[in-house]
Amino acid sequence: MQAIMEAVIYVADDPVKPEQFREVFPDESLETLDRALKSMVENFNARPGGMMIREVAGGYRMTTRPEHHEQIRAYLKTRPNAKLSMAALETLAVIAYKQPVTLAEILAIRGKKSSTALQTLLERKLVAIQGRKPVVGRPILYGTSREFLIHFGLKNLSDLPTLEEFAQMAGEQL
Amino acid sequence: MESGENLNADFESVSESSGITIRLDAFEGPLDLLLHMIKKEEIDIWNIPIAHITEQYLQYLQIMKDLNINVAGEWLMMAATLIYIKSRMLVPQEKADEALPEDEDPRNELVYQLLEHQKFKNAAEMLYTREEVENAIWNKPPADVLEDGNEVVAVTLFDLLRAFSEVVQRFESQRVLEVDQEEITIEQKIQDIRSRFLVHDKMLFSSFFGEARSKRHLIVIFLALLELVRLHEVWLYQKKAFEEIQICKVKETV
Repeated sequence: MQAIMEAVIYVADDPVKPEQFREVFPDESLETLDRALKSMVENFNARPGGMMIREVAGGYRMTTRPEHHEQIRAYLKTRPNAKLSMAALETLAVIAYKQPVTLAEILAIRGKKSSTALQTLLERKLVAIQGRKPVVGRPILYGTSREFLIHFGLKNLSDLPTLEEFAQMAGEQL
Repeated sequence: MESGENLNADFESVSESSGITIRLDAFEGPLDLLLHMIKKEEIDIWNIPIAHITEQYLQYLQIMKDLNINVAGEWLMMAATLIYIKSRMLVPQEKADEALPEDEDPRNELVYQLLEHQKFKNAAEMLYTREEVENAIWNKPPADVLEDGNEVVAVTLFDLLRAFSEVVQRFESQRVLEVDQEEITIEQKIQDIRSRFLVHDKMLFSSFFGEARSKRHLIVIFLALLELVRLHEVWLYQKKAFEEIQICKVKETV
């Protein structure tokens, strides 16, 4: 069973969630699958290969190990991906911690207009519209997407450090 | 004024070495500038020398004006706020507005705003670091890229209109009879499409209209689809320009 799980994670495009293995092993309980999966991942990551299995966005995905990035890049002849600007990252941070949040609320925290940064985040699908706030003008509410978790290698939103940690840092910095 | 000269020198050296725009990118907004000044001069955030900070802030604004940089409204708002706080500080406590509690420092709101801003700057730094790490990791490229080695192509409005007119033509050529069914609204159709995308991740544009029994119905489906695109619930793409349009569900939000 563990060998099959490893193979499925290899062929999958997206992180594979434990419950998705029910399609492969319909007779097994979710608990059994979850246990087998965890032990497979642990064994896989314990060996010193070039690959690893990571828990991302509630599922598992197989990736290269970060320590080999220079050699891989040399082979692929690629440059690092276009990174997000600091303005986009700040806007994203506000959305991630305050979601669902309106553009006006983002403006209040950042003290500057954020529509261009927001547009970039929507285009890169890191942020998605989550509906409208039931107040006058019915402003659009924004939140982070599953792609956000994948992009930043997060298991889920609670995998993010708490805002209090950053508040404490801010207190020490200022 | 000594600090003012430092400021100008600071600005000039940066503008000479790396171009002024970079410097202004670093200070994206008035709060960033204030934080920079506070850190640089090691000012105690709980006791900001407001007259000094206001003066420096206004000097920065002047420099921006001298450089013909378009100063956005929020910069002027902050200048007004600083001047207001400064004037409040000058009023002796006893004569201050009686409605205010005695311990109410006119600087407090600005301080909380600065702390809040720094907090999210730290969170952004964390995201930056995580992105660095993720950039050093590869997973299998998605199937769309593997199939033909090409990225997918965004669909233009013209592609969409052309595809829709083909759907209409096909409907007209094979129509057996046009039944005027019960009126279906765009809202109903949107719900209908949403439930279809619970089952499918992507669908062909051409197969999207199979159920339609009248031209009006076709148009309702088309408008519902456009609305979902506008709401970023689905997106449209082609493998290559002028190829069949695919409709793909936007990854669900978490």
